[in-house]
Amino acid sequence: MDELIHFGQTALGLIRDVLPIAVILIGFQVLILRRPIQNPLRVGLGLVMVLLGLALFLEGLELALFPLGRLMAEQLTAPAFLFGEGTEAILEFSWSDYIWVYLFAAAIGFATTVAEPALIAVSIKANQVSGGTITVNGLRFAVAVGVAFGVALGAFRIVTGTPLHWYIITGYVVVIIQTVFAPRAIIPLAYDSGGVTTSTVTVPLVAALGLGLAETIPGRSPLLDGFGLIAFASLFPMISVMAYAQISAWRTRRVREANSSSSDNL
Amino acid sequence: MTVLFQQFFRSLLRSFQDLLPIILVIGFFQLVVLRQPVPELGQILLGGLMVLLGLTLFVQGLQMALFPLGEEMAYSFVKKGNLWFLLLFAFTLGFGTTVAEPALIAIADEAAGIAAEGGVIENIEPARTAYAGGLRLVVALAVGIALLVGVIRILKGWPVQYLIIGGYVGVVVMTAFAPPEIIGIAYDSGGVTTSTVTVPLVAALGIGLASSIRGRDPLVDGFGLIAFASLTPMIFVMAYGMMF
Repeated sequence: MDELIHFGQTALGLIRDVLPIAVILIGFQVLILRRPIQNPLRVGLGLVMVLLGLALFLEGLELALFPLGRLMAEQLTAPAFLFGEGTEAILEFSWSDYIWVYLFAAAIGFATTVAEPALIAVSIKANQVSGGTITVNGLRFAVAVGVAFGVALGAFRIVTGTPLHWYIITGYVVVIIQTVFAPRAIIPLAYDSGGVTTSTVTVPLVAALGLGLAETIPGRSPLLDGFGLIAFASLFPMISVMAYAQISAWRTRRVREANSSSSDNL
Repeated sequence: MTVLFQQFFRSLLRSFQDLLPIILVIGFFQLVVLRQPVPELGQILLGGLMVLLGLTLFVQGLQMALFPLGEEMAYSFVKKGNLWFLLLFAFTLGFGTTVAEPALIAIADEAAGIAAEGGVIENIEPARTAYAGGLRLVVALAVGIALLVGVIRILKGWPVQYLIIGGYVGVVVMTAFAPPEIIGIAYDSGGVTTSTVTVPLVAALGIGLASSIRGRDPLVDGFGLIAFASLTPMIFVMAYGMMF
């Protein structure tokens, strides 16, 4: 019964969040565009499915994944796990003591990105628009690798306490250099993939990890150092998506060159 | 009916594949690294089923409603030929969907706490509420302007990289001048503005616009709106931090 009430609350909260979007869409449709929507029944049913689906998705995450994920982030960053039973506080440490934390950060960053609904949406669209050259799973894999690397590096930054902006600015420089060399058609999509990675599934778990790290490591403040992981998770997908396109283009070129040289021999 | 059922079953299976990595990662770390039993297995199974069903419904509904809706509205705006209404729509969509975004509300409250602790504002309830409210407004404004500029860019056919790289240079320059407490929040605020319902809608709008204007390529010109929406909040939030 409690679960049912809680689910109702989630659904209500979601309706409240979606209400502004609905008001804007309907307002412009009715007042300005004045054109009937095609297949209103299908669109209406689809909207109900989106809402119901998201409510179920969030509620299920809250039941199954988030408590366990947060607990694991807490346990992995706890002094007792890292430095043996009975350790209350950390006095001395090196960055390499946190190797499991980096691995967990990378693995959970990868896994949650693959399940991110907004990324699925963009991948489906990219696949349709590119006429199949960009595959749904290929794009998601490239983005997930970027998030994995980004979150792991972000955890490393919190452990070492180095300033956030050095990393972000270096990342931007890499993005700019890649932009010059990457295939033209991938650039807008690569930039977009930075923004879509961080929504419903990834943010709560990644934030819990950052907070857990910042709370237990001496000299880190949860307020100042807990932030910034999300920024890493939205920067590195741009790099990995462009890299993915560059590698595919390079391989296609190599195959073509190999073919032409073998036909020369004939 | 059986065809529909088969289709639903297939998408259910695809959703399961999407969720499999999470199950493997959590299972490995819980059982092998931390060596602890999985607590409350029943609850986790129930939650897992809900996630599976929810993701399946969302992806189906997406293709039935959000994509066609966004694209159809883009076509209608182009057909109507009134630029101002299109720009007004872009701004309202960005502003309206962001100002009520729960992730943003949470981050704004935390930012107000940091500002109060750092002595930037008085550590009393009204001052914190005002600071958080102002921050939300600033981020919503940033996203509204981002979509506005993004739509103009699609109409004009400007290459996305000049605008985005220009924006990055702005971020880097502002980082040098902004108060250190705000930088982490500013960088994160770029990531939280784009919600799960807004992203498909905005993507469909961009692609719809690019494919209904002659000479635009949906892949090259249609994408990029989301990138704008995650860039401008960083600049605006740092500017907000500098004003206090």
